[in-house]
Amino acid sequence: MYLRHLRDSGAGSAGLTRRQFLELTTLAGTGLTLGVVLPGCSSAGPGAGSAPAAPLEMPFVRISPDNTVTVICKHLEAGQGVWTGLPAIVAEELDASWEQMRVESAPARVPMYGNLAMGGKVQLTGGSTAVANSWEQLRQAGATARAMLVAAAAQHWNVPAAEVTVREGVVAHAASGHQASFGELAGSAAQQPVPASVSLKDPGSFTLIGRDKLPRLDAQAKSTGTQQYAIDVRLPGMMTAVVMRPPRFGARVKSFDASKSRAVAGVVDVVAIPRGIAVVARDMYAAHKGREALAVIWDESGAEKRGTAQLMQEYRALARGRQAVIAAEAGDAAAALGHAVHRVEGEFDFPYLAHATMEPLTAVCALGADKCEIWAGCQFQTLDQATAAAILGLKPEQVVIHTLAAGGTFGRRATPDSDYISEVTWIAKATGGKYPVRLIWTREDDITGGRYRPLNYHRIEAGIDKDGRLAWRQRLVGQSIMAGTPFESMMMKNGLDPTAVGGNAAEQYDLDHAHVSWTQPKVGVPVLWWRSVENTHTAYSKEVMIDELAQAAGEDPVAFRLAHLGKHPRHVAALKLAAEKAGWDAPFAKAGGRGRGVAVHESFGTVVAQVAEVTVTGDRIKVDRVVCAVDCGIAVTPDVVRAQMQSAIGYGLSAALLGAITLTDGRVDQSNFHQYQVLRLPDMPRSIEVHIVPSSSAPSGVGEPGTPPIAPAVANAVRAATGLRLHRLPFDLAAARRASA
Amino acid sequence: MSIRLTVNGESRELDVDPDMPLLWAIRDHLELSGTKFGCGMALCGACTVHIDGAPTRSCVTPLAAVAGKSVTTIEGLATPAGKAVQAAWIALDVPQCGYCQSGQIMSAAALLGSNQQPSDADIDAAMAGNICRCATYGRIRGAIHQAAAALAAPPAKGG
Repeated sequence: MYLRHLRDSGAGSAGLTRRQFLELTTLAGTGLTLGVVLPGCSSAGPGAGSAPAAPLEMPFVRISPDNTVTVICKHLEAGQGVWTGLPAIVAEELDASWEQMRVESAPARVPMYGNLAMGGKVQLTGGSTAVANSWEQLRQAGATARAMLVAAAAQHWNVPAAEVTVREGVVAHAASGHQASFGELAGSAAQQPVPASVSLKDPGSFTLIGRDKLPRLDAQAKSTGTQQYAIDVRLPGMMTAVVMRPPRFGARVKSFDASKSRAVAGVVDVVAIPRGIAVVARDMYAAHKGREALAVIWDESGAEKRGTAQLMQEYRALARGRQAVIAAEAGDAAAALGHAVHRVEGEFDFPYLAHATMEPLTAVCALGADKCEIWAGCQFQTLDQATAAAILGLKPEQVVIHTLAAGGTFGRRATPDSDYISEVTWIAKATGGKYPVRLIWTREDDITGGRYRPLNYHRIEAGIDKDGRLAWRQRLVGQSIMAGTPFESMMMKNGLDPTAVGGNAAEQYDLDHAHVSWTQPKVGVPVLWWRSVENTHTAYSKEVMIDELAQAAGEDPVAFRLAHLGKHPRHVAALKLAAEKAGWDAPFAKAGGRGRGVAVHESFGTVVAQVAEVTVTGDRIKVDRVVCAVDCGIAVTPDVVRAQMQSAIGYGLSAALLGAITLTDGRVDQSNFHQYQVLRLPDMPRSIEVHIVPSSSAPSGVGEPGTPPIAPAVANAVRAATGLRLHRLPFDLAAARRASA
Repeated sequence: MSIRLTVNGESRELDVDPDMPLLWAIRDHLELSGTKFGCGMALCGACTVHIDGAPTRSCVTPLAAVAGKSVTTIEGLATPAGKAVQAAWIALDVPQCGYCQSGQIMSAAALLGSNQQPSDADIDAAMAGNICRCATYGRIRGAIHQAAAALAAPPAKGG
């Protein structure tokens, strides 16, 4: 997900006016809120040993008398590891032992839990910002708590604070032989003045941050079936709802007959909501049967009725037209291409892609007197809270959000209209708050439900002149993610959506001549950020065309890239590391259909280079090995970094080999995993090696940046093995053979 | 008409539609939430349980089909293979979002229950039906091999 540009801006939702949202968000200043000791933690007694059993409670840390340290996590844990990475930052500065660390989700509250990478006014997990924006904040939090523990110990033992040490969760004074646990000191620490400033560790003295293997705090619960997700919430009297949504995007309910639906045993209510008809029942089975019995007549006059084949034809025509917005301009690309000594051209098709999180969208809503509680894997708490409040006529603070672990998101759980949160709130409102409601999307709802990675078409001409200068002309045609949402006004400048064009070659290579332009088609299919957003397509066409240009110039793909990355030293370092670890300079046996390819790309402040080795047998591509180098600044938890690279490679490979949502006459052709195929275990590369570029820079993110390079690295490997150019996704070798014949 | 079955070693009686998928009976009526809903069509494996020891997709198994049978869910997994699999899962930090992992673990435990030293091809065959969108597949494979090694090792003394 990608909302860096929300910085310093108010943001609205479909359920709110822009003004309401601005009022909400401007209440929030920014700044650190570490100095606050929350109420309810006062204690009287002195003395470790006879210490009061009270916690030290601060916005991001709670130290309890039972000697646990709980980090209050403002970000959604969706698998990317924030429940491990953020506690590691606190534990480091606190000198806690890893065994005493715990984690829980923060409530929805700004500015306290706002995302500092987005101005601090919105609580949102996205853009691979969780660790980056929490870095200073949580180091300060840990150091502040440590200082208060030390002050409490010094007071009790009547020794100078400077002589008190903290190591692995033990506070000690060597000369007097005193020592105490955090839990014993917590109550007294809560009574110490909050220090105005604290000093942070020299990164060279880190012992937890950067430790090769810091066990995940959620591994136990997630290996025993005890981790609670929204779908697992059970409340007294809770009912289950499913929603019948339109068969085409943009259609509306004209009329419906719920009589057969109401006759299904267990169905308790059938209500109309703005997005369709909700069937509410005692259990999921009855809700599902009730929905099957529903008769709805749709008004499809405003619906999108084109299919993807027609859309792609229209995109090609648009790419030849003049109407476009300039995304990058340098030198004179047209003239330079005219006298290039080597020149390549390509047209690229990218399909719509569904996120297909393993936990389908689910949320629970309970209404009370002047209060609403929501349980969900919320990714955009501030917007979800404000949207639910607007639907119910409540103030945002009257909506309590319980953020639970999400069964995957990849961007899907943060939508500009809070789609599934709105639905469950509408259902709760329409049923009068008689019972708590749990809304479950089925897999079919998920696959056919829109919010896809946008369909895209790119046309590229690239060339190199006799002096080795690059020229690049590119037209992109694809829907804007931001247009038509409340984010449009602050995200789009001069008609350009950065989430449609970012990561193109003009940003990532030394181009003397560049002309990159974008045309925005009007299509009624709702689109969304999908793990690494625009980089899913811009990195692909860039890295494939650069590779073809290297080939045309008769140069080695790694050496060619290095020669044109003079302004990008982090790209160079990552590329060199990946090439070295992959043995790029050693002979590579191509017998038996084998090939090797490379790609490098920066997204979200992180640079990733990958070398892929493939075997092509007939029309089948098998990825045997991937060597990945990542520069993410300081690697807070290296094993989580490795896990995210492995995950992102699998996710990107799934799309490259298999992923496509297509439409026929406006209807989505796929409905479940038999048609929307995803990567399975046998097709995961048997060997993925992740190497982390040593760095002393502040950390950047790792949730998304591993995805963009894998598809072009594999395509370049396939071209090395077969000579076939793969310009359409997902890969279809048989079609590529026909096209080249 | 009520249906009697054994769940995690306990006899249970359910008075619900016999066509109800076992998944929803387990989740909504027995209130065991470790078994997950992923697709409803036996395509993803998130709902895998053991029926008389055999890995089975509960989302397409009608309750009537398990009358009198013994169902084991992740909450009741207690076989040596199951314990070894869970220990390896935790040791290797396999889970990311974690949502599919109950099903993965039930499939892996069933594999090791019948094949103590699975090859990579055996793992491919046994685990291909379980989708993980976080693509934790490499660690799943590694954890199955690690669990197999632990099961093969002589038991620790004094335990």
